[in-house]
Amino acid sequence: MPTLSIAELKKQTNLIRQDIILMLERAGSGHPAGALGLADIFTILYFQILNHTPHKPNSPLRDRLILSCGHYCPVLYATLARAGYFPLVELKTLRKINSRLQGHPHNLSLPGVENSSGPLGQGISQAVGMALAGKIDKAKHHIFCITSDAEHNEGQLWEAVLLANKYHLNNLTNIVDCNGIQIDGKTNDIMPLLSLRKKYESFGWKVLEMNGHNYGNIITTIKQAKNYQKGPVVILAKTIPGKGVSFMENKYEWHGKAPNKEQAEYALHELKQAI
Amino acid sequence: MALAKKNKDIVVVSADLAESTRVWKFAKKYPDRFIEVGVAEQNMMGVAAGLALAGKIPLAASFAVFSPGRNWDQLRVSVCYSKANVKIIGSHSGLGAGEDGASHQALEDVAITRCLPNLVVIVPADYIEAQKALTAIVAHQGPCYLRLTRQNTPIFTNAKSIFKIGQANILQKGQDITLIACGPLVYDALQVAKKLAQQNISVEVINCHTIKPLDKKTILTSVKKTKKVVTLEDHQVHGGLGSAVTELLAENYPVPMKIMGVNDTFGESGTPEQLYKKYDLDQEHIIKNIKEII
Repeated sequence: MPTLSIAELKKQTNLIRQDIILMLERAGSGHPAGALGLADIFTILYFQILNHTPHKPNSPLRDRLILSCGHYCPVLYATLARAGYFPLVELKTLRKINSRLQGHPHNLSLPGVENSSGPLGQGISQAVGMALAGKIDKAKHHIFCITSDAEHNEGQLWEAVLLANKYHLNNLTNIVDCNGIQIDGKTNDIMPLLSLRKKYESFGWKVLEMNGHNYGNIITTIKQAKNYQKGPVVILAKTIPGKGVSFMENKYEWHGKAPNKEQAEYALHELKQAI
Repeated sequence: MALAKKNKDIVVVSADLAESTRVWKFAKKYPDRFIEVGVAEQNMMGVAAGLALAGKIPLAASFAVFSPGRNWDQLRVSVCYSKANVKIIGSHSGLGAGEDGASHQALEDVAITRCLPNLVVIVPADYIEAQKALTAIVAHQGPCYLRLTRQNTPIFTNAKSIFKIGQANILQKGQDITLIACGPLVYDALQVAKKLAQQNISVEVINCHTIKPLDKKTILTSVKKTKKVVTLEDHQVHGGLGSAVTELLAENYPVPMKIMGVNDTFGESGTPEQLYKKYDLDQEHIIKNIKEII
């Protein structure tokens, strides 16, 4: 991947956000808020950080990105298409019959999708398994896992967090989308997580924080995590759910609802103006 | 252990039962390829999936009540849906788990595994067959569930006979009735066949070690000859070997049939022998059921 300037990265992100709106409007269902909120981080990962080759999606040397919160997949699909894993035109088939773009990710359906997810908490265990395999093989690649804040309600996630510390998995970085919402409301109302920083610290992880929309901050923080040698790193990424579309921002109602045609047109108009 | 020496991709994942499942022997010899996840079966299944997706062949060993009992969702999505090459080994299955009581006797594990796409389900009859089955599932590309027992069971299968996934073995030829069994109860099936032979009842005994994929050909050929069937397993009557055979016969060749297993109830503490007797799975009951059908 050629290195892009910040301005070019921002333009990619904007296009990815437009893709997300178009895909979800066509699909008639899906999850916009988290996907829009993570678009900046996904762009930076796939166009700046990850060591990967889109036309060789199974190269053993590649860095892996494990999406644990599978409902965020519109941002994964749009980013993979923009990075060259499959034709952009295929984004239109999201959630349709015979599509490779399943409603939740399936590793065997689409190149670049590393794992199947949907039930929360499962991706982080698989990321830990892959990091363990990397250690056994003395491999150089890095495993990035994307989890959501509400996903931290799942007990399995904490089982995996315990294990990653035990084996000092310094080839693993967990990026937590701290957007403060979940399907039924605000995370503080549904299930208060209290301090994720203190929790992860007490579990033996290195904790970093970043603003999930500040490009300089994102790049520096993720690079710092990748280079950390002593053990696993968690990055608590503060993001705005629905970022870039004014009527979706910070509204938990947009966690799992697709925009209709009119709303999508309005959203696209806003995004195009922001370029 | 010989397998592990030959195949460097084999790793073992354990959930704090290395002593009980005997995988400590592997841990001692290959510490770098042994992963102890603690009492955390959901994570164990996910970690095994991750290891498999990275090219390893993980053997995930625990008690069957916990794995696949407690981590079925992880088995379904992380392993089966992804076709992750994980080998799940569930020990202490059935009433045979004995004194630990109902909570530790997996009687539903075959039902919840054989309904999953992409998963092979194997229930070996004895130690020799379990060894062969392990070799076969490691060679097989794709997820497999191997159901083992806790109790010491008679060793009676032929070390030289060929074990092939999906191929049932006819252990005793007969004309009057087909007795299809899996697991340690195959031994009792053979004993019953011997006893009934003295009463001029000729029983064909099939060791159906692979529940999925089911060996339709061997079963149908036998049943077309005998026209009567009894199935026998240390598992609930709902969803296990008996159900699998019933599904096959109902669509292809319906005949009078009796499904022998645990009849929609939980077990309790006791020795395996006491439990088999109390729950109608001893040789006396097998003979009674066979006589009722013929």
